[in-house]
Amino acid sequence: MAIITILDYGAGNLKSVTNILEVLNCEYTVTDKKEDIINAEKLILPGQGHFGQFMEALNKKDLSTCLVEKIKSGIPFLGICLGIQVLFEESEEAPGIKGLGIFKGKCVRFTQGKVPQIGWNKLQTTANNSVLTEDYVYFVNSYHVVPEDKSIVSAYASYNVDFVASLEHKNIFAFQFHPEKSGKVGYGFLKNFMQL
Amino acid sequence: MLAKRIIPCLDVKDGQTVKGINFLNLQYAGDPVSLAARYSEEGADEIVFLDITATNEGRDTMRNVVEKVAKQVFIPLTVGGGIRTLEDIRNILLAGADKASLNTAAVNNPEIIAQASKAFGSQCIVIAIDAKREPDDWYVYINAGQKKTDIKVLDWVKQVEQLGAGEILLTSMDADGTQKGFDLELTKHVSLNTNLPVIASGGAGPVMEHFKDVFEQGAADAALAASIFHYNTVKIKELKNYLNKNNIQVRGE
Repeated sequence: MAIITILDYGAGNLKSVTNILEVLNCEYTVTDKKEDIINAEKLILPGQGHFGQFMEALNKKDLSTCLVEKIKSGIPFLGICLGIQVLFEESEEAPGIKGLGIFKGKCVRFTQGKVPQIGWNKLQTTANNSVLTEDYVYFVNSYHVVPEDKSIVSAYASYNVDFVASLEHKNIFAFQFHPEKSGKVGYGFLKNFMQL
Repeated sequence: MLAKRIIPCLDVKDGQTVKGINFLNLQYAGDPVSLAARYSEEGADEIVFLDITATNEGRDTMRNVVEKVAKQVFIPLTVGGGIRTLEDIRNILLAGADKASLNTAAVNNPEIIAQASKAFGSQCIVIAIDAKREPDDWYVYINAGQKKTDIKVLDWVKQVEQLGAGEILLTSMDADGTQKGFDLELTKHVSLNTNLPVIASGGAGPVMEHFKDVFEQGAADAALAASIFHYNTVKIKELKNYLNKNNIQVRGE
């Protein structure tokens, strides 16, 4: 199995991701170095925190361009939580700061209900899904992505509004929820991704 | 739709789970790691560890417990009790906790809420509030319920929300230990007046209706209990089936 490269941009706690990879018997390396990104065979971008701070950290380390190139190169890629949001052009969380822009669209804040959404919500998968099941998964988010191209969506969930819970496009997988905190179900999703 | 959460709480002293009423007559009740794994298996949505250790050595033990649990239980873990500084929060998160719960330290120094939510994100910062009813309103108590403050509960909730807290863990001192049900009035009073999720705590008895009531009438987002789950007088799986049958959305397997 390919070694998983986990991008550590310095603001998130990666322990829960590495803990579950260990149970999955996956070899991984945690890095913020350009050459490791360039050489990655399989890439995970976990994230919690702030869209603006994330992009600033990435730009400061000069990682944005090589990350975009790597994602577009076709290796299996998984973005988690903030890792789905930064794939888009911009976010209401940090007006004026550009995201990675892999997909057209932006991130918007929930306007109804308690924010952040904290807890277990049920996935409604679309025809464009190959790794998920319609189960409850754990979310912690104030913002969600709104892609221009709806065909990349692989699951929605409902929090007063239907929002994008995950997307899938060629080699790119991205979850708004935390598979590493979603019990057996999340474990299964990660296993599916590892086997790609 | 977001499911209502069922959260078992483990009281941990010197690395061991303890059972007791109002911290009296504590009895050791086994290894928190295997208990946490069992709860997760039974369908707990999250686990809260309350560290009631008094010593620094004991706190290191707590970090070891969290580290071990986090390696095999893949649901959110919250640790509270004795967390006073940003360094304490960082240590417990690095051990594998997802959230840190602050109580007395936040009342004594509210600024820590802003600092912590900035450093680690609001989603990590749970504010635990021990509330007690007085003739005119509910008041905040600190030091494990030993010391009354002159802060009204709702004022405090609004302040912590502004400072960047992510969640409220609301314990009713009036209901706690009674096993007569959650404090519906207090829970509703807080939950309907804040934008933060509210975890109701204190008073759950061996009656599944208590949970239905706190979600329906108390407007709680989550419900926490300790002894009924320890003693298996309420089984998490059965409780969730019951709630589902009563049209309260919970996560099932």
